[in-house]
Amino acid sequence: MTKQDISLYVNGRRYDIRVEPRKTLADALRDDCNLTGTHLGCEHGVCGACTIIVDGETVRSCLMFAVQADGRTLRTVEGLAKGNELHPLQSAFIEHHALQCGYCTPGFLMLATGVLERDPDIADDELRDILSSNLCRCTGYENIVKAVRAAAEQMKAAR
Amino acid sequence: MTRDNNLIGQSLTRIEDLPLVTGKGRFVGDMSFPHQLHMRIVRSSHAHARILSISVEAALALPGVRAVWTAQDIPEIGPIDFREGKIEKLEPYRQPVLARDMLRYVGEPVAAVFATDAYIAEDAADLVTIEVEELPVIIAADATPGEFAPGLSTEAAIVTQGFGDVESAFASAHAVVELDLSVGRHSGVPLETRGAIGRYDTARDVLELHGAAKVPHKNRESLARLFGRSTAALHLFEVHVGGGFGVRGEIYPEDILVLAAALRFEGAVKWIEDRREHLIATNHSRQQRHKIRAAVDAEGTLLAIDNEFWHDQGAYPRTHAMRVAETTCGILPGPYHLGAYKATGHYRLTNKTPAATYRAPGRYETNFIRERLLDAIAERLEISRVDVRRRNLIRSDEMPYARPLSVLEDDVSYDSGDYEGLLDKSLALIGWDDLQRELAERRAKGECVGAGLALFVEKSGLGPSDGAKVNVDTTGEIEVITGGASVGQGFETVMAQVCAQALGSDYRRVRVVHGQTNRIEYGIGAHASRATVMTANAVHAAATKVREKALAVAAELLQSDPAALDIVNGEVIQRDREGGPSISLGQIAHHLRPSSPTRRGSDPGLSAEGWFDTAHQTYPYGNQIAVVRIDRETGAVIVERYVIAYDIGRAINPMLVRGQILGGFVQGLGGALYEEFLYDERGEPLCVTFADYLLPTLSEVPPVDVIIAEDAPSTRNPLGIKGAGESGIAAVGAAIASAIDDALGHPGAITSLPVTPQRLKRIIDGLKSGSIPR
Repeated sequence: MTKQDISLYVNGRRYDIRVEPRKTLADALRDDCNLTGTHLGCEHGVCGACTIIVDGETVRSCLMFAVQADGRTLRTVEGLAKGNELHPLQSAFIEHHALQCGYCTPGFLMLATGVLERDPDIADDELRDILSSNLCRCTGYENIVKAVRAAAEQMKAAR
Repeated sequence: MTRDNNLIGQSLTRIEDLPLVTGKGRFVGDMSFPHQLHMRIVRSSHAHARILSISVEAALALPGVRAVWTAQDIPEIGPIDFREGKIEKLEPYRQPVLARDMLRYVGEPVAAVFATDAYIAEDAADLVTIEVEELPVIIAADATPGEFAPGLSTEAAIVTQGFGDVESAFASAHAVVELDLSVGRHSGVPLETRGAIGRYDTARDVLELHGAAKVPHKNRESLARLFGRSTAALHLFEVHVGGGFGVRGEIYPEDILVLAAALRFEGAVKWIEDRREHLIATNHSRQQRHKIRAAVDAEGTLLAIDNEFWHDQGAYPRTHAMRVAETTCGILPGPYHLGAYKATGHYRLTNKTPAATYRAPGRYETNFIRERLLDAIAERLEISRVDVRRRNLIRSDEMPYARPLSVLEDDVSYDSGDYEGLLDKSLALIGWDDLQRELAERRAKGECVGAGLALFVEKSGLGPSDGAKVNVDTTGEIEVITGGASVGQGFETVMAQVCAQALGSDYRRVRVVHGQTNRIEYGIGAHASRATVMTANAVHAAATKVREKALAVAAELLQSDPAALDIVNGEVIQRDREGGPSISLGQIAHHLRPSSPTRRGSDPGLSAEGWFDTAHQTYPYGNQIAVVRIDRETGAVIVERYVIAYDIGRAINPMLVRGQILGGFVQGLGGALYEEFLYDERGEPLCVTFADYLLPTLSEVPPVDVIIAEDAPSTRNPLGIKGAGESGIAAVGAAIASAIDDALGHPGAITSLPVTPQRLKRIIDGLKSGSIPR
């Protein structure tokens, strides 16, 4: 299959890669950009482990082709911390034991980042509704909600 | 022991979290080796068929394809062994790594494609064609058995356990209660699918398996036998594991294939399972039907239980052989006295994905069965559901309490417990009596609401032995080398806490090694809630030795009595001389270098090995209470509130224990209400995506109150620990069923799990129309 040259702008850095048109964005991030923090849990858009932010929108990177992201601005879990300074969501996930195996964690972090940036004052019900779009098999979810809620307060205070 | 360093019992944050929240985790899919090949499995699309021919030419012709294997390409590789050794009667039923003549389930590996790229391997796999003659399928374990192979029945074994005179107990009973109950087929379904990389290091003649989990050391022994290699020439390496739950880390055909291919191609071969494959190829679990009878006296005392059950093993026995069925027999009586008991389990093969253990194997099932039975006895004798349990509970003054049963080849002997005391705590927390009134009022107003409860005894910490090594380097950093395994449960943090407590150090200065067979010769792994019990006690033993050595050396250097010394913040100090001379653990390690002139006869190194041995398992216990509301129109069950009480003996890190309980609970909720592997009449699996195999999401999770009790420390290990991993899930099906019955006002309405909306709607309609008798 003929390959196509594309440029992905991920976490502030340009990646010039050559991919088959059928390659998913998730695979391109993992295989061609060596950004393996984005995980694949189902490859059919249900579990949300591969959630990233594309031009400000949270998307499931297993449901996009890499060529569709050509020239666009992407954010993945690797870009959340500023150097050694963790993002409030990352600190809150540790503090509230919101992860066990950590496989779904990048997806939840990016989902929550997208939500809180769009709507810092989101109501509890709505937040729970949005967080219910990703799957976790270890934690039972409650600590994830606590962590996101705690991070939201901290992010608001820092504004 | 130490004044300022009481780490055991503290809810400390985890040392494993930082890489996992920053995207720096390393799961097997994140690993690659230069020039690796990618493997794709061609799987059976028939539930039962004879193979006539397999055509691989088109696949081989695809550019980038290195090889396509069928069974005849690997004649040297035998079927997959049982982990705990040879079991004569099951030998002929073992699964071949690639199907030889017969296909026995949809998803069975038939051929393996090796290519330079994962996409090409998948393309090529689509080009492999298999011609078959279809055969009749067996889908239900309680149907008439058929033939697995000529002369071999699909009833591969019958397991039995029991004691006492069951017959005369039934003959003299005041009443006999009979139930026919079923538990559905569901499984662990971790968020990370399986994966494995086989690598052959030609320079050192070492075969490596990356992506190991759960039981790397035991698997190394099995694989060394299978490949005819010394264990020194075969190593397993665990990286991050995205959830285990019993299914991950067993030896599957794919693990053997990547190793065989690594040897054959003298390089690295990577395989990553996709989700559809996972749902049809990774171990299923749970499915059983029980016909259970109880003989009781007029007070509801259990005189005898007679239970016959059918265990749906799927197409082949797997590494666990008959363990789930055997555990089912041994653990069924739970927390109750029982005069006589007989359990007969039909271990049957069907044309479905093979089954094995899933978190709380044999307990999720039997807690549902037994607690349904207790509810039925309460109903029959018109006593309350709480009282019938109180009357039968084993009392704390009877501990240790032995029964002539066995679980995991270990004679059952409950070590400690106050079952009724813990029940009282839960009833008080939820305000059981007020709750009954409140629910009655709501029902009177037309709502369909109810509460249910279930009691259970867990088992954990099966030995017999585990060891660990502790080493302090000259910077004072501590390395703990274990043969344990991490499936995400917080293993590193727990070991670090135990080690740092003994050594008077910061737990964040402890590095914990696990799942690396080249670092330690033996290891018990992480299964059946034994990591903390076994490995933490071994770490405690090793760290205590290191402490003693450090104090002995420091006493000499400080010219003091070891008994007058303590270790605080990694510094050996004199207890009664604040500000006096001290020496750090790193400095002591420096004095103990092999070339150190101040070593003076001590063995080199500030290090030690410790072992923990135990004769029996420990038996934690608990209870769960559910409050549910039912939507009569849709059959949906909304869990409004949940209580889980669990006595863990001693919690090393209560936050992690609570995490285990909550996570287990939500998995249990899945098995109770949503998750089920369904098949059509031709053996075609119907649940092959997350759109039809439904994991609980946040929306389904109610508020949960957790009581972590430490009333009954284990008497079988120095730290008093019992396991935590399987407590949350153990009785969810049981408690929810009881609550649904209560809401419907129809005790005994729920006879099978999961209680899906479709099933519950049928029950509601049946009760309304009278087709289900009131």
